[in-house]
Amino acid sequence: MKQFSELISTIEITNKTNAKIDALVDYFKTAPEKDKLWLIALFTGKRPPRPVKTTLMKQWCMEITQLPEWLFLESYSTVGDLGETLALLSPKPSCQIDRSLSEWMAELKTLKPKEEDEKKAYVLNAWSGLHQQERLIFNKLIGGSFRIGVSKKTLVNALAKLTGIHANQLMHSIIGNWDIDSISFEDLINGSHINYDNSKPYPFSLAYALEKELLELGEPKDWMVEQKWDGIRGQIVKRNSEIYIWSRGEELVTQQFPELVEVMSNFKDDFVIDGEILAMKDNTILLFNDLQKRLNRKNVTKKLLQEVPVGFYAYDLLEFNNEDVREKTMKERRLILEQLFGSIMLPEYLKLSFIIDFEKWEELYNVRANSRMLNSEGLMLKQKASPYHTGRKKGDWWKWKVDPLTIDVVMIYAQKGSGRRSSKYTDYTFAVKKDDKLVTVAKAYSGLTDKEITEISKWVNKNAIEKFGPVRTVKPELVFEIAFEGIALSNRHKSGVALRFPRIVRWRKDKPASEIDTIETVKQLITAT
Amino acid sequence: MQLIKFTKKGIYCPQGEFYLDPWFPVDYAVISHGHADHARWGMKHYLCQHDSKAILQHRIGADIKIESLGYNDPININGVNVSFYPAGHVIGSAQIRLEHKGFVVVFSGDYKTQPDFISTPFESVKCNTFITESTFGLPIYHWKSEKELQNELQQWVINNQANNRTSVFLGYSLGKAQRLMSLLEGADHIYVHRAIHNLNEAISNSGIQLPETTLLTNDFDKKALQNKIIIMPPGLLGSRLLKRVPNAATAICSGWMQIRGNKRWQAVDAGFTVSDHADWNGLISAVKDSEAEQVYVTHGSQAIFAKYLNEIGIKADELKTEYGEEVMAKAEQEYEKVVAQ
Repeated sequence: MKQFSELISTIEITNKTNAKIDALVDYFKTAPEKDKLWLIALFTGKRPPRPVKTTLMKQWCMEITQLPEWLFLESYSTVGDLGETLALLSPKPSCQIDRSLSEWMAELKTLKPKEEDEKKAYVLNAWSGLHQQERLIFNKLIGGSFRIGVSKKTLVNALAKLTGIHANQLMHSIIGNWDIDSISFEDLINGSHINYDNSKPYPFSLAYALEKELLELGEPKDWMVEQKWDGIRGQIVKRNSEIYIWSRGEELVTQQFPELVEVMSNFKDDFVIDGEILAMKDNTILLFNDLQKRLNRKNVTKKLLQEVPVGFYAYDLLEFNNEDVREKTMKERRLILEQLFGSIMLPEYLKLSFIIDFEKWEELYNVRANSRMLNSEGLMLKQKASPYHTGRKKGDWWKWKVDPLTIDVVMIYAQKGSGRRSSKYTDYTFAVKKDDKLVTVAKAYSGLTDKEITEISKWVNKNAIEKFGPVRTVKPELVFEIAFEGIALSNRHKSGVALRFPRIVRWRKDKPASEIDTIETVKQLITAT
Repeated sequence: MQLIKFTKKGIYCPQGEFYLDPWFPVDYAVISHGHADHARWGMKHYLCQHDSKAILQHRIGADIKIESLGYNDPININGVNVSFYPAGHVIGSAQIRLEHKGFVVVFSGDYKTQPDFISTPFESVKCNTFITESTFGLPIYHWKSEKELQNELQQWVINNQANNRTSVFLGYSLGKAQRLMSLLEGADHIYVHRAIHNLNEAISNSGIQLPETTLLTNDFDKKALQNKIIIMPPGLLGSRLLKRVPNAATAICSGWMQIRGNKRWQAVDAGFTVSDHADWNGLISAVKDSEAEQVYVTHGSQAIFAKYLNEIGIKADELKTEYGEEVMAKAEQEYEKVVAQ
């Protein structure tokens, strides 16, 4: 496993995607056949079920190290990763076990049905024969993610560099149906098990943020205006009875949205459409936070399908019955799309994105201002005569987002991050004033520079009230300006309000905690929107 | 017996009328080692181990009033027997042993129990009261042997050379730099930043032999530097000087590199776990071997380490001091700035 272990070390130390790709290419050039397949399987979520529970592994580790649980937990909160904590705590290896990645995976597969004491003996033996980095990888092979920033897209780009095959085709190949025991590496990447002609996507057309006055855009009648839906962009490809869903990042996400696959199969025609995947319930669009529960899941359970159903708002047509229609005008494409959508009974979760009726540009200011109520991010302005561009082109498509809301808050809790950020306090809880007390309004963890995070971490270390555990209560002193996309009354939150996408805009070193906002002023924002 | 008192200015010995590594100016300071959080400016009188003398004079001032002693070579200060024992932390680092009427206190300063190639190895000292640091006071910290480290670092240099890259190691000018020099000696020619170079000169002039190095001048010859080894202080990460080094591969060398998240936090090419402090087992064994009835735990994970010691039956309390990595890093950077001007 030395080679695999070295690959992981190389990948995790660098933050340059190209260096990651080069390391992967090197691995694919030199690793044994089966190991290459396992690498792809591990990084695409095609891994066997976890053979040993983590609670057991933790228990065994405490047993052999004789450490009290609180000290184990302190260690865990400093390291931020269970597999790594176990690897660091276990005693130094007493022998050396040398097995390839595929050999380990084969053994782990047979471990699953075994009795607990057999599992224990196996795991403890492995720990005693692997040095720290390999031990960490062994723990990760049992279960858990590597968190080293290798997305499917990075993996596919490495394979594309290695073979010269188009990345999207490779994406289809590795996501497609294949079984590690019955396919060769060559067959897998050549796509012998798939028909790429059926899934091939087009590059997405992307919009720039509006940078001029509406009046400068010309005649309102030449423009088509829609809500800017706030889900994830999706391209649905239906060809020869096969259906594929591509995300903006050119990942195949078909399996994550079975309800969309099902409804698309009702159409007689073949097509490629562009639109927005949204969480939707009872004809209402839910928050992006809800949609997130559906993303990057290995299994979409029935329960989840009921809790967070998704829908699709279609806004463009790229291909119709095998004809590339991207050069037709927006207006023409929309017309065919409307006909297509008229050909079946549409369920309420499949819709054409509706076009906003307006005569004068001024009317749009109000529409935009109210878009939050629809859980939309603002407006999209599209020139009716425009083709479907490849990538980002200026001039034909504009996004006109609503301005975020902002408030000044004080930090009251800080928590260490995980993975790359496990050494620093990166997750903060913020409060506003409520009479002479403080009340929590939001948690946020993005928007600061590494340097600021380091400075704040040092401050937290000095000003923390507790000494143990992962969460630190701090003196309410540091003031931040936070921005958010929406606000609603909420019974679930102590403050009575729920903020949508709170994030840190800046650290207000210039403001004392006495000048933060009050809950009353925050609540006034609800009526204002 | 109260042989030490914890005061605002630092740890004080009332019988001997002197302080141990005080953080405010006092009349008489006994110094454990040359790091900026332990050896500060403004003392009327300094006492340190022989090998620290040149370092203190170099950093604090040539005109300071300073006396030095060898290891295990006691003197009597106002009836208190004071002696130094090796702490294995950096060149000249010492544990300070105080004895008065049969009662013994050991202040260990910063220490490392594992031997390295450059500092005098740590020696355990029996005492009634032991004051220990706790920088790496969690059971996740375990260091490799010096031999293993040497292989790891030298192998990295060889790999870099195969890829036509220059190996840059980042480490504090006092301690880590000399340790790295000893670990890398023989791998290839070593260049050092001026802050390290000047300190090395001071150390060499006092008669201690160091591995051979060359000063990295500001107008260095890029060609000559290619594929070689450079050691510079961590404050220079991201500096213009570092950016001018041809095809640099940069490595941070610190105990914190034990955790993956810390490696990834900095945009560097490698992170090596090289620490001048004791690891978890080192701390435990130092405390146990001292056979102290009372342990005070200073800078680092003091709450955790003290709690654990009490659980295994060793009476321990936390002690708040002004020592520690953050204080030191800041002060060390000040020294480096002065040098750079």
